[in-house]
This record gives sequence, structure tokens and C-alpha cells, in this order.
Amino acid sequence: MKDQWKWGTEDDYWVRTCAWSAPGCHPVGCGLRLHVVNNKLVGVEGDEEHPHNKGRLCVRCLTLPEYVNHPQRITTPLKRAGERGENKWTEITWDEALDTVAEKATELQGKYGMDTVMVIQGTGRQAALFSPPIAFGVFRTSTTLMGISGYSCYGPRCAIAEFVFGTGYPELDYAPYFPESYDHPGYEPPKYIISWGKMPLTSNGDGLFGHALIDLMKRGTKIVSIDPRITWLGAHSETVIRLRPGTDAALGLAFLNVIIEEDLYDHDFVENWTYGFDELAERCREYPPEKVAEICGIPVKQIYHVAREFATNKPSSLLWGLTFDQTTCGGQASHCALAMLAICGYVDVPGGVTVGQPSTFLGKWRVDTRSNLAPGQFENRIGAKQYPAAAASQWVCNPDLTLECLENDEPKQLRMAYIQSTNIIAATNNVQPQRWYKALKERMEFVVVRDLFMTPTAVALADIFLPVATFPELDGVVLPHYGRNPFFVGAINKAIDNPGVRSDMEMCLELGKRLNPAAWPYKDAADFYDKQIRASYDFGFDDLRKMGVYQGGYTYQKHAKGMLRGDGVPGFNTPSTKVELSSLLYPVWGEDALPYYHEPYFSPISTPELAAEYPLILTTGGRKYTSFHSEHRHIDSLREIDKWAKITINPIDAEANGIQNGDWVTVENWLGKCQLKAWVSPVMKPGVVHCEHGWWYPEQEGAEPNLFGVWKSNINMLLPHFCVGKLGFGSIYKEMLCKIYKAESLEG
Amino acid sequence: MKSALLINYEYCTGCHSCEIACRNELGLGLGTWGIKMLESEPFQIDEDTWNWDYAPILTSLCNMCADRVAEGKDPACAHHCLANCIEYGTFEELAKKAAEMPGKVYVISNQ
Repeated sequence: MKDQWKWGTEDDYWVRTCAWSAPGCHPVGCGLRLHVVNNKLVGVEGDEEHPHNKGRLCVRCLTLPEYVNHPQRITTPLKRAGERGENKWTEITWDEALDTVAEKATELQGKYGMDTVMVIQGTGRQAALFSPPIAFGVFRTSTTLMGISGYSCYGPRCAIAEFVFGTGYPELDYAPYFPESYDHPGYEPPKYIISWGKMPLTSNGDGLFGHALIDLMKRGTKIVSIDPRITWLGAHSETVIRLRPGTDAALGLAFLNVIIEEDLYDHDFVENWTYGFDELAERCREYPPEKVAEICGIPVKQIYHVAREFATNKPSSLLWGLTFDQTTCGGQASHCALAMLAICGYVDVPGGVTVGQPSTFLGKWRVDTRSNLAPGQFENRIGAKQYPAAAASQWVCNPDLTLECLENDEPKQLRMAYIQSTNIIAATNNVQPQRWYKALKERMEFVVVRDLFMTPTAVALADIFLPVATFPELDGVVLPHYGRNPFFVGAINKAIDNPGVRSDMEMCLELGKRLNPAAWPYKDAADFYDKQIRASYDFGFDDLRKMGVYQGGYTYQKHAKGMLRGDGVPGFNTPSTKVELSSLLYPVWGEDALPYYHEPYFSPISTPELAAEYPLILTTGGRKYTSFHSEHRHIDSLREIDKWAKITINPIDAEANGIQNGDWVTVENWLGKCQLKAWVSPVMKPGVVHCEHGWWYPEQEGAEPNLFGVWKSNINMLLPHFCVGKLGFGSIYKEMLCKIYKAESLEG
Repeated sequence: MKSALLINYEYCTGCHSCEIACRNELGLGLGTWGIKMLESEPFQIDEDTWNWDYAPILTSLCNMCADRVAEGKDPACAHHCLANCIEYGTFEELAKKAAEMPGKVYVISNQ
């Protein structure tokens, strides 16, 4: 990339940057050029020099000026004027706002203990990186979490990769570490990619540039899609397996059964680098393809075909998606997916999956800030004792037990919330949003909300609203996979000066200087990033700005070269030094050492009586181009494309329930009901519906009780609390029950 | 010479980037497009085969990004297309190219 990152005149200039929140997105770090006239963002252009997006942009970055300059955006701190819920506010200065937050935290922590402050984060935005530093380094509380039942977003997959591989997140190798991209000498595209329970094109999950799949398809890669819905990618796949939701672990065991029984595995890798192969083989014999085909509701020939093609076409790869976090047996399905990659010899080879350290650079620093806590405080965070496996791999509190702690007021009295970049009552996939709403409203003596627009959560709960900076308004660094598979380090360059907003890094500094100054000796964000970069690399922040992105290159087969363990011994950083097909850790935590399958909590098989009344399987969490979870509802250009919350229904189920395409539909079960608009399409597996999440309507009344219509299409109200796996991971976002009937309107 | 776009719609994923990039370039408001994506709607052909096509067409407002092209850049839609399935050129050269390409492809112009 050119070393020029800013050009033009004083009033009319361009700034090169890498995208990362706000608006929300994963740390993919796509390259952009921002056009600024008189300190206003007037245009964006994809940066063709950027090694990943190569000039391309999605509609969320293409509408960036509409988002940044939106008339409803809040760019001054606000103090609540009326009662909570009245949506009445007074503008205040940043000094008054920050002094108030610091005073209230000190007062309440003096009264109820340090852990009384909850830091609640959302996903994707920079707040996800800065949640531990704000909690541990600023407020010195151990109470930090994303309020999502079963830790069900990325965390479980990261934990299971750490247990089974001893590495960070294994990601599809699309040559992301190399400036030459696919043309890097020695790189080879995968023959097959199994895209499993994932929507890579729309989600760009956690750092993967999703449309790399299209680049690879043009280079000959074939796709296998495993999803109860036919997505566009599914329609363009060599094979698409429409399994019954929640049966992924059974399918994984059957794939392994075929690969092992037909002797299609990589003997060299299995003998030298895996532990527990014979035990795994024995377990897989309990899952013959014929039996599993019945469990999953799929043709048995698909299991044989995919297992054989995957194992015998070297190299191949696998994308494991959110489904692995959002089903109760998802941990076991994850174990299967990793075992498939391992025994076929696709770990750390060109065109397989790349792996690295469990955490690096800023991803490591953020968790290391727990040194600011008192002795024993971190170990005593909510749920650490009940869920030791999760506690060993995650810094957060157990989300399900935190809701119960709020409701029951024990073991801790939680009285202050710092809610950053999550619209928790509307949001990502937080189950039982009305319980969170009620509990937070009753317990909290002081609530800070950090966001960009007035949200239902802010109206309902906030005492102070602190506006968040968009990425054109901040200096920063983007690190794909939060350092768990860091393809590059990208510079985020401030292009606009907006004194009314703050980045999450700046919040650490400004609140940190008030509450825990010893931990925050930095002059400003650029100084912080400069020192952090220099601690890991031989250059500084200004050098990174000139580089655009820094790609450190990549070494394959690190396990054979002694590069995965701190002691330099060849192998993997697990107790056995091998890939643990049978886990040495799981039995310590009361879990089966080997993957297994059990029925979902609620299903036609496990709860036939409930299924008689609620005959459809409810799935949620699918993604689209026009929004990031509950964000982007204000953006007219995007709402023009996706106006309403959508339910996808197979024509058979639609007809049986008197529903036509475009009708309003009530989705209901024993926990609640809400309205979405019908898309009747054969893409949906019969007997299953998919409901979009995160919907609210900023064009409607914001004050209570309407709260921007947050309860009207809120599918999370139909999802139960604490239906999780044995280790605390996973939940039932993709395997619930419901019935549907025609509604008159959004109102029911 | 008539300018045109070659659309390799085998790979058009329906991301809408062409529509919004075009609107930015032409300064168009809601409800108007220089390029607009059409859709086949997904349907099943046989047990193992599905069909789901997106295909952008050019409206009367498309000016083939004359200003950008004069600066040596690609039209905004081609530049930002996530699937990289839009190519700019003369109708003649693109038609020749399309004739050699496998799969779903068309050349389109409004000039």
C-alpha cells in the first residue's frame, strides 16, 4: 500500500483508514478512503490497495455518510430529565458527565462492593475489545459480560478450540496473511469448504472477509452448505444439507464415522499429532450414517458423499458458524468439526485452517488488565465456580447466573450498569429481554448507556447517555479475530474532528484517569496505540498509518516446528501436547471426554406434547447485508431494502396456517409472542421457521410503554433462560418450538 | 464506442453494493436507481439442485460513471461489487469476452 494516508487541502481532503466500528461490524478491517469537506464526511470509496477487500465494500460502509451525519445521531452527553422511560433529556458537558459517572461509581462501590458495577457489552463494536479494560482497569469490577445466554457468541468456539487444539480460533485459510493474497507462492485454494451453520457472506464473522468464498469459488473451490435454510450460498453449493436444527453434533459424528471406518483419514497426522483416536473411533461407531440420517432428517447418501469428498480432496476446509454456539449440543458439534479438520490433515496447511496463539497483542492486553483487580476478585466473578471450563477460557461472568443474581440480589448486589454498545433489550440474541429489562430497571441505582442513537435500552434505563464515536472520528487499531487469528494489524485514522463523541479507548483514558489513574498513563488514543504497538512490534502507530495494514506473514505446520507451545516442544499447547480427539480436560469439569449427541431441550422427539401445540421448530440469528444485529434501523437507504422484521416459512407450513407471502404473522409459544412479516419460500426446510432478530422501530414513539416498538417483533421473548450445555456453553436460539398464525398488522 | 458492463451473474450474491455505490456517485435519493438488482426468487430444480439468481440492470440514470472512467477508475458499481462480478468496457470487447466465459453471463448497456 502507498505510504500516504491523508491527501488534499486543509478543507477538502481524503483519509485512508480501516473500518471498525461504530457502525457495528466484526473486526474485519476493510480498507476505505474517506472524503471530508469542511470537517464533514461527504463520501467513501473502497481502497483497492487493501489486501482483503481490494476496493469492495458492503452497503453498511457505503452508507457511512448517512450514518455518521444522521440527524437523529446523538453527539452531546445527555442527563435524564424526567423519569426513566419518559425519553426526556438535558444536554451536559463531557466533564460533568464523566465526573458524575466517577462519583456515582465511587459512591455505589463504597456501599455495595467493587463488583456492584456491571459492564455489559454488545458484540462486534470496539466495545467488545475494551470491555475488560473498562471493567478491570477502570472500574476495577469483575462483573463484565455480554448478556447472552450460554455465552452464545464466538466465546464457546474459541474455548473449544483452546481445549481441543490449544490454539486461537481456527479460520479458513484464504491466504489472509499474505500481501499477494491468493497468488502467494505455496498457497493453494481449498478443494471443498464446508460452510456449516454460518452465513459468511453477510456476517463476515469475527474477521473473515466473507466474499473471499466467492473469490475461492472462482478459483475452483466447491462449497458444501449445512443449514436448514437454503441461502444464496447454499443454492450455489455442490451439496446442501438441510438438517433438522440442533442435530449438528450427530451429523459430525456420522461424518467422522465414515472417514474413520472407510480409512480415509491422514494416518501420519493421526499417529503423530492426535490423542484419543481409538476412543473417538469407538464413539463414532454409535453413530452410523443410517441412524444419523434419521435423526437429522436428511438423505443418508449426503453423509457418505460429503464425508468422502471432504476427506479425499486435499486440502479442504471448514467454516463453523454461530450455530455451534447457539445450540445446546454445539460444543460437541464443535469438537466434531475440529476432529474432522485434524484427522483429515487440514490443520495449519495451505488451504486448510490457519491457527495461532489463543490471544495476541491487544487481545492479550485486554484480559491482562485483570491485574488491576484485588486478589481473588477475578476468581470470584459470577459463575466462575459453577462453570470452571468457561471460567478457564473466558474473562466474563456467566450470563445466565448474572440475570439470576440481578433478580435475586445474591450472591452480589449489582447496582450500577455501564452498558456499552449493546441495545440489550432489543439486541443480538439476548433471551428473555423482558426479564433483563425488569431486573435492571428495579435494581440499578445508576445506569450509563454508551451508544450513537437513542435506543429502547437507553430510554428505558439510562441516567447518563454518552455518545460513541464512529470510526471516521477516531484513531485506533483493528485486529481480526481480536488477536486469535490476526491476519493483519490495520490503522484506523481519524478523519473528522467531533468533540462531542468519544471512542471506547478514550473512555478508558478519561474515566481511567478519574478512577484508577495508575493504569492509564497515556496522553491520548494515538499515544496508547503507539505504546501498545511498540510493545509487540518494531514500529509505532505513525508507521502503521503509513503502512495501512501490517501483515506479518505466516508459517504453516507450526506444530511440527515447535512454534505453538511456550516451551518450544513440537506439538499442540494441550495437556497431551496433541490435538485432543478425546479431551483430557473435559472429565475434570464433569463433561464427557468425547463428543456425543443429545436431543434439544424442546423438540418433536424430546417434548412431543409441547410439539403437538407448537409444531414448528423456531430458529433465529440469521444475518443480512443491511444491518448489524439491532443497528441500522435508522438508515433510510437500508430500511428501503429491508423494511420489516421477516419470518421465513416453507409454503407447506404457510398454507397449513393460512399465511400468504407478505402477510403479518404472529409467532407464539409458551413464553411469548411477536409479529413479523412472512417470506414464504421453499428455501426453508418444512417444519422449521427462521425469525430475524434485533428489530425495533426508531420511527415510532420512544417513550414507555412503546419504547420504539421494541416488544413488537422481538423474537428473543420466545427464547428461554438457562437452557445451556453441561459446560455452560450453548443455548437454544436455533432449536426452539413455536406456532404461527396470520396477524392483522405489526400490532397483532 | 458504446460502453457496457459485463455481469458474471453466476456469482452475483445480491449484496446491493452496486445500487448504493451508484446512488452515492450520482447523488440519487430514495426510490431512484442508476443500477437496480433483479431477483429470480429461489426455487428447486431437482433433489440436489437449487436456482437463485440476482442480476443487476442499468436504468436510464446510469451514465457509465463518465467522470470516474475519465480519471482511469472503474464505475462505482464495478469497483465496489463484493463478488467482483461486474466489469466495465466497450460492448464489443465485453461481448467477445462473454462469449468465451462459462456459466451465467450477460453484457448490458443503456447507451
